[in-house]
Amino acid sequence: MNEFIEQKVQLQWHEPKANYDVVIVGGGGHGLATAYFLATRHGITNVAVLERKYIGGGNSGRNTTVIRANYGIPEAVRFYQRSVELYQTLEAETERWIMHKQKGLLWLAHNEAGIRAERARAEVNTAFGAKTEYVGPKEIQEIAPQIDMMGGGVWPVLGGSYHPEGATARHDRVNWALAEGAMRRGVHIHQRTTVIGLRKEGDRVVGVMTDKGPIGAGVVLSAVGGHVTNLANMAGVRLPIRTHPLQAFVTNHYARQFDPIVASMGLLFYASQTARGEMLIGAEIDRQPSYSYRSGHHFLQSCAFRAMTLLPFLRNLRILRQWTGVCDMSPDYSPIMGQTGVDGFYITTGWGTWGFKAIPAGGEQMAQLIATGETPALIAPFGLDRFARDRTLADRGSAGTH
Amino acid sequence: MNINIPCPHCGPRPIQEFMYGEIPSVPDEITDPDARDLDRAFMRTNPEGVQLEAWFHTYGCRRWVRIHRDTRTDEIVERG
Repeated sequence: MNEFIEQKVQLQWHEPKANYDVVIVGGGGHGLATAYFLATRHGITNVAVLERKYIGGGNSGRNTTVIRANYGIPEAVRFYQRSVELYQTLEAETERWIMHKQKGLLWLAHNEAGIRAERARAEVNTAFGAKTEYVGPKEIQEIAPQIDMMGGGVWPVLGGSYHPEGATARHDRVNWALAEGAMRRGVHIHQRTTVIGLRKEGDRVVGVMTDKGPIGAGVVLSAVGGHVTNLANMAGVRLPIRTHPLQAFVTNHYARQFDPIVASMGLLFYASQTARGEMLIGAEIDRQPSYSYRSGHHFLQSCAFRAMTLLPFLRNLRILRQWTGVCDMSPDYSPIMGQTGVDGFYITTGWGTWGFKAIPAGGEQMAQLIATGETPALIAPFGLDRFARDRTLADRGSAGTH
Repeated sequence: MNINIPCPHCGPRPIQEFMYGEIPSVPDEITDPDARDLDRAFMRTNPEGVQLEAWFHTYGCRRWVRIHRDTRTDEIVERG
């Protein structure tokens, strides 16, 4: 982070102590949120967050900032709805402007199978607490008049689901608001501190080795993103995680207002307008696992082509910049939260391409788990042991990136 | 970034012509048969470095190609 921002958000840096009650590895949204909720809800402030580079510089700063709860399975709808609600009150709670804006989210269907899926999504969402309704072409046209309902003659828009609570927020403001809130209450955040090993006593994790020396810990939480496998290996935990790159890009300024967030499951892209007026467009992950941050021209070409099919006005815009994040993808496209089978080592991972929207709820629930030692009911289904128990939470159709 | 995969039949071809195929590897330390099945189905080594992988040349010779790729840089280091 640059000095200007550090001054602005009044972060107070400290030298690392020898021991903390809780050490959180990974200074992204989930790590910072866990520290924030440990401090505010449970009064646990002897906490350190260790970040390899700068806070919010990984996937928390490389996403498309969509907040939604329109998932396809009950467990996920309940969890993400909690997150949507926490985001709505996060500005009042942290007293910081995170540029939260409720926009409404349209998921479009182009064939009968798609319509069935969106109808089912609306039913599941309504049953488990999220607000989603099925909408026909006429309503879609009213919500987003810029959509070409003929889909260039190939991808006609036949229907879709509308999720009015769909929102966006400014990603780094979310990170800073949480970091500042945690630091004000005594949490230490150490940037440019790389974890190079875990200290174990018998089978129990009792601290971390960093490039700045050893740090003792009552509990270690891994809130690492794409590089989570490396840390889990140090603890001796096998993870079902594959690291895939996800690319996105923004165009130059679109003068008219584009209200909703629009996604097409058939064409595999999603688009929204940033506060600056740029059109922000993302698509599916790269098929091969990789830790490379490099972007490719092939992605820009194919994604822009698909986006222009439904939103013809994009033809007149230019791509300003693109970026890549490396995502921790789980095999069932649901996150993994909770205990790992190794004492003193907790994990929150598998956030793949859907982690930003879950930052407050993920942090709140992980904080509760660490403070009480008991897994809260909301995240109990998301444990790492679900694969061995044959209770996977398959929800690929709700990831939006496949 | 564009990557070319050296296909033994077609020569170097762009990666978009290929389909990625994973080669799961279960560590030898896992001996219990059930644990090996679980590991094979779900768990992944996910190396940050060179890994052996298979690619199917969908839009070419329609045969499998094995390569070693460095997952940090996407460089293909040697022919497998």
